[in-house]
Amino acid sequence: MTLLKTLAPYDFPSSDAVENYKGRQLLYVNWERHRMFSRPFVLALPPETPFAEIIDKHMTDCFSYHPDWAQIDWSKVEWLNGPRPFTPDRDKSLADNGIGHKDLIRFITPGLDGIAGSGY
Amino acid sequence: MDMKVSKKLGLKERYTMMTRDLAWDTTFQPMDKVFPQVGYEGIKIHDWDQWEDPFRLTMDAYWKYQAEKERKLYAILDAFNQNNGHLSVTDARYMNVLKLFLGSTPPLELMAARGFSMVARQMVGAGPRVACMMQSVDEYRHFQTQIHSISNYNRFYNGMDEFAHQQSRMWYLSDGKSFFDDAITAGPFEFMVAIGFAFEYVLTNILFVPFISGAAYNGDMAAMTVGFSAQSDEARHMTLGLECIKFMLEQDPDNLPIVQRWIDKWTWRGTRKLASVGMMMDYMLPKRIMSFKEAWEIYFEQNGSALFNDLARYGVKVPKCFAQTIEEKEHITHQSWIGFYMKPDACPFHTWIPAPDELDWLSEKYPNTFDKYYRPVLEHFDKQEKAGNRFNNKTQPMNCQVCVSTIKFNEPGDPMEMCFRETVYKGEKFHFCSDHCKEIFEDEPEKYVQTFISSHAALQGKCEPEGTDVNAHDYRPGARMHAYWRMDKRASGDFNGSEDQKNFAQWRDQATKN
Repeated sequence: MTLLKTLAPYDFPSSDAVENYKGRQLLYVNWERHRMFSRPFVLALPPETPFAEIIDKHMTDCFSYHPDWAQIDWSKVEWLNGPRPFTPDRDKSLADNGIGHKDLIRFITPGLDGIAGSGY
Repeated sequence: MDMKVSKKLGLKERYTMMTRDLAWDTTFQPMDKVFPQVGYEGIKIHDWDQWEDPFRLTMDAYWKYQAEKERKLYAILDAFNQNNGHLSVTDARYMNVLKLFLGSTPPLELMAARGFSMVARQMVGAGPRVACMMQSVDEYRHFQTQIHSISNYNRFYNGMDEFAHQQSRMWYLSDGKSFFDDAITAGPFEFMVAIGFAFEYVLTNILFVPFISGAAYNGDMAAMTVGFSAQSDEARHMTLGLECIKFMLEQDPDNLPIVQRWIDKWTWRGTRKLASVGMMMDYMLPKRIMSFKEAWEIYFEQNGSALFNDLARYGVKVPKCFAQTIEEKEHITHQSWIGFYMKPDACPFHTWIPAPDELDWLSEKYPNTFDKYYRPVLEHFDKQEKAGNRFNNKTQPMNCQVCVSTIKFNEPGDPMEMCFRETVYKGEKFHFCSDHCKEIFEDEPEKYVQTFISSHAALQGKCEPEGTDVNAHDYRPGARMHAYWRMDKRASGDFNGSEDQKNFAQWRDQATKN
């Protein structure tokens, strides 16, 4: 229950409601144990965007700077949506993969732990 | 005939006549209608006369004292500038401390001035009203003197001239802005706990050590003098914050849980804000004073424990985040520096990889963490830069909905894992950097759903420079952030090869060589 106390009615819209993105939705992406990138990145994409585009374009553009990127064994990669494991289908859209507005996709590459195994 | 000389007023009498004696209770309107803000937060005050004025300073004495200080300050600034004092600092990298400080701190001093003048109007008792009014003037003076002392550098170095424009737009300034926006939109008592107590009392030394001592250590007399001038007011601010806490707790036992929640909340918010200050100490000052970890141990763990031991008689407990901050002191400055280093295009100051002897200093100061987690990646960056492949992460960040820091801190207990927390409110997902920020959100979600997150606003098309055609076929929201921020290209990028670096070397050579 809210603890907010006010002198007058207090009802303001969320700054980042999905309606504000004109047909797009926010998606965050993080590469686990590769903290060189400091924090996840955010994209605004239509829900019909194929998941393959996330990997082939956005993740590659950002993450390929890391020497581990070329070492990834894609058959072993694991995925989380927030805290929950899931298995994305490359050829399906974000919506069909069950990815909604402001979801956080976490990408795990077993055996690869960053520069000198430091998590970076 | 004997002359009748009236007796000179004692200090106490004089104070009473100049403060409490000037106040009155309203009669045309009931007091609670004139002062509605003191009631709605749930704090119960039974007798405003119980407020003990922690210092007895009258307004006329205040003017006299401050004018004296400021005359000295401006005389020193003048002398410093006439002697090209900027060339006597340790190293041109030091200027970037000033750029970060100028961008982030004076605008927040201004917010503090506004906050205290609001609270001065809202409080009922004459004692707290006068004290808040004086603090408001103090904060305004700090705002002005900081700008005056630093703006002199603007003639010589890049990236200082748009700090006011950038304050409410720049991604990395959003955390400080949100801190004060949150405080100033709370009621007067929460504001006093937020700024008067948590920030001024518990955390302010951590801000002043790197800035004042850092300036002194690095030969910047101008910034050092401003710092000293401000610091003599801080003692008064600390006493006011502490008196306010004690007053609330003595007035009614029901106030304790409310005050405790505010202490927990604001100590955490302040701690998050100080991550970038710690980074100044560990990475940006060419001549270092002490590590952030050491400062945290002295000023937070030791002094903070003593303070909370003293407050234990009122039932106050140490802030909930205490243990987590102790674990994080080993990590946050390194994590913050990596966060800035990787965005060379998006900061109006330079970043760099510490020199080998500086890396050794970090190894020595952080024996538990630096070599294991941070040194390898910094050395990797260094190699890449030297090979012409300097790191530049062009993506937009994810931020915490409450503290608005980028989400870059580690999971407690596991430095290799990022810490993520999320919650759903009215069907929308919200993300946080920590359990503490998540709890702050869940206590008052109506407030924090409105948070301004720069990357999100940009993706909505709200961060466009003037003249952007949003109907153009190739329009992409957020593609012109640099113009929107009014970024000076010369001020960004790596320090190595920068105009500041070249100019400083050339000017110093002119001053010292034939």
